Amino acid sequence: MSITIDDIDFAGAPVADVPLASHAERSVASRRIVTAFGFWVFLLSDVIMFSALFATYVVLVDMTAGGPRGKDLFNISAVALETGCLLASSFSCGMASLGARARINLMYYGSMIATLVLGAAFVLLEIRDFAGMVAQGAGPSRSAFLSGFFALVGCHGLHVTLGLLFLLTMMAQVYAKGYRVDILRRLLCFALFWHTLDIIWVGIFTVVYLLGVAV
Amino acid sequence: MSDVATGELLYHGDIAPGDEPAGGTEIVEGIRGYLIGLGLAVLATFVSFFVAGTSLVWQPSIPAALIVLAIAQMGVHIVFFIHITTRPDSMNNIMALSFGVFIVFVLIVGSVWVMTHLNHNMIPMERLMQMQH
Repeated sequence: MSITIDDIDFAGAPVADVPLASHAERSVASRRIVTAFGFWVFLLSDVIMFSALFATYVVLVDMTAGGPRGKDLFNISAVALETGCLLASSFSCGMASLGARARINLMYYGSMIATLVLGAAFVLLEIRDFAGMVAQGAGPSRSAFLSGFFALVGCHGLHVTLGLLFLLTMMAQVYAKGYRVDILRRLLCFALFWHTLDIIWVGIFTVVYLLGVAV
Repeated sequence: MSDVATGELLYHGDIAPGDEPAGGTEIVEGIRGYLIGLGLAVLATFVSFFVAGTSLVWQPSIPAALIVLAIAQMGVHIVFFIHITTRPDSMNNIMALSFGVFIVFVLIVGSVWVMTHLNHNMIPMERLMQMQH
């Protein structure tokens, strides 16, 4: 009989009285590491997809077809506010991870609700921005530049929206099942997802908004 | 050897991305780490927005400065929020990350490079239209 990943997960140690035959069997990583590493690889593939959207945007940025440029459209103070929301939500997400690890209900739920509110504020601000642009006749069909813009920024906004659903299910799971090992594993994946979205937003506010206004 | 907080075996060869290294599990230490990360990230963001809107900086240097600040801030997020460090137990995560960064670099720099040359060598659109008649 050999030790599998599943044996190690819940018990917190390999199943008792099974001698570990070889070094290979002993060095099976815990399920927490395997799951988080797999999720990390998924996130990196997601980042690669975003890099394709970034490349598309950068290539198309000057092809405005006589329409408005970034300089004419972007509202930097709104972008600064969106950035603040996302940055603060990344911090509160970290606090939620610590709260779940220490099993402090107030810290976990409070931080998750703060993350939810900040994330929702980000999405609403972005929707308001997009609606304003479309109302000015600068929708995605206006020029190649705007198609690239809405594809890139819209895809990030969609990710944040999905992240909010993920967040709600994590709150519900902890509420229903407690701080179980498998729930904590999912929570780790959620935290990775949320922090990664913030990293992608750093790229967006620099490449799209700040470079669009500065150059 | 087992990690009390997560109830799982702390395998001393690897660490999960997002988990703090063993020993850094104290809640106060954890909060301090996130606070340092938040402070550095806010600083980088603030400088970015300032540089983009100011006339105090030599204008042609602004794009390079913004990109350097963005990369620095991404580094801050990776170290302080995702807890990927250069410790040997983080090796798998680092390897995956470096491969991802490599692909991202090839995709973006390659696209921009190729498309700039293509634009540079292309016949202007007006002449192309004349040739078709």
